Amino acid sequence: MRRRRKTIVEKYIARSSAIAARLIGGEMMIMSAVDSTFFTLNEVATLIWQSADGRTPLSAIVSDRICPEFEVDPGQASRDAEQFVTDLCQHGILTMSEQPINSPPTPEAR
Amino acid sequence: MSLLAEMNQKALSLGIPLSVHLDVTYRCNERCVHCYLDHDDHGEMTTAEIKDILNQLSDAGVFFLTLSGGEVLMRRDFFEIVEHARRLLFNVKMKTNGVMIREPEARRIRELGVEQVQISLYSHRAEIHDAITKLPGSFKRTVQAIRFLKSQGLKVVIANVLMASNLFDNTGVMALAKELAVPYTLDPTVSPKMDGDTSILALRIPGSELKQVFRNQELVGNVEEFCAPPPAPGEDIMDGLPCSAGHTACYITPYGDVFPCVQFPLPSGNLRQQKFADIWHNSPQLHEVRSIRARDLPTCSTCAHVGTCTRCPGLAFMEGNMRGPSTADCEKSFHRTGIPSANMLQKNRTVTSFPLVQIQSIA
Repeated sequence: MRRRRKTIVEKYIARSSAIAARLIGGEMMIMSAVDSTFFTLNEVATLIWQSADGRTPLSAIVSDRICPEFEVDPGQASRDAEQFVTDLCQHGILTMSEQPINSPPTPEAR
Repeated sequence: MSLLAEMNQKALSLGIPLSVHLDVTYRCNERCVHCYLDHDDHGEMTTAEIKDILNQLSDAGVFFLTLSGGEVLMRRDFFEIVEHARRLLFNVKMKTNGVMIREPEARRIRELGVEQVQISLYSHRAEIHDAITKLPGSFKRTVQAIRFLKSQGLKVVIANVLMASNLFDNTGVMALAKELAVPYTLDPTVSPKMDGDTSILALRIPGSELKQVFRNQELVGNVEEFCAPPPAPGEDIMDGLPCSAGHTACYITPYGDVFPCVQFPLPSGNLRQQKFADIWHNSPQLHEVRSIRARDLPTCSTCAHVGTCTRCPGLAFMEGNMRGPSTADCEKSFHRTGIPSANMLQKNRTVTSFPLVQIQSIA
């Protein structure tokens, strides 16, 4: 029997180790060491990024951390989170897996 | 405005040191003729001291960390330091001569996520490069290091200091950089030694040769634009900051001394006696540096080049006055545009008004 592929929100996300990051005045500043792309994340994106420990699926991050913290519609929050995670994965800032990622998590930026 | 410029602006308004240059050692396996450092070890910081400082820098909001020396790989704990820095998620750049980098070191640098490696290369001819570094075989080792680093997919930049002894080699180094597929930077600045000794300034290229360098399209891009006369400065220019030194950037020596910049040796505190945040926020010297605006520069504020000059406050400081002109930059502005700086005109006036009859005291 073929196993169903997980949707993005069901997947586990982890911070890549090939990045530099720092919280500057409440805004997360991230640079990819792979292609030197530079990003700044807003508060919601910062919380997703900080929660990306490889052991928590994106759906749980959205329902347990984003929705209680910011008054947003869960459906909209999921769609925005999917788009955000897809973008960051393309730049090597986040990694995504169908299974929990067991490698030691990249530390959160101070 | 780019994202990076926005972050710089934000860091400036919040008083955050976005960039720190940390020299982990002054020891070196080369003895470059133009080097401004004393290579003896006068009590470098230990691994634990450096790690503690990195923790403090991370807490202070530092994002860009440049690790340099001396030769960084003269420290046996260098990779342990980089590992700690990367664990703290700094963007790490390193400067090296590459002589000690072979395949295993290149792999380790890549594994640690170093963003960029800058390598000094003074000529495309081994005999000229080795004569500058005073280390036989250094050219071969350095070029090999670039290949090892490139094969790991790392970003490598060649930095060439232009002096009288390698004046005609910059096109050769550029061709070599092209062959190695790495970017090339050229700096015609030779700085006085940290202790104020200016003897090495004699190695600088003559001003007349600067003119040729500034008209090389491969180096400067649009020559007409680069060499254009400076526009009249507006109020924003006069209220502007001389550079990022002490504002969003600073320099730390291997002994824990904090300066506004590697080229601005104004002692502003020591990390063996004070916390970084205390020095950064409370040092009277850094406060003084931060208080200076273009309009406060007695000579430069009257200069046509005030808005476009690369005036280095550190070089000015080493000439005796951090609010004064930096003569090397005056010369660059002049040879770039053909328009003399206020400093040059003032000096000429001094010469022309020299008394025709000199009277000496009888006593």
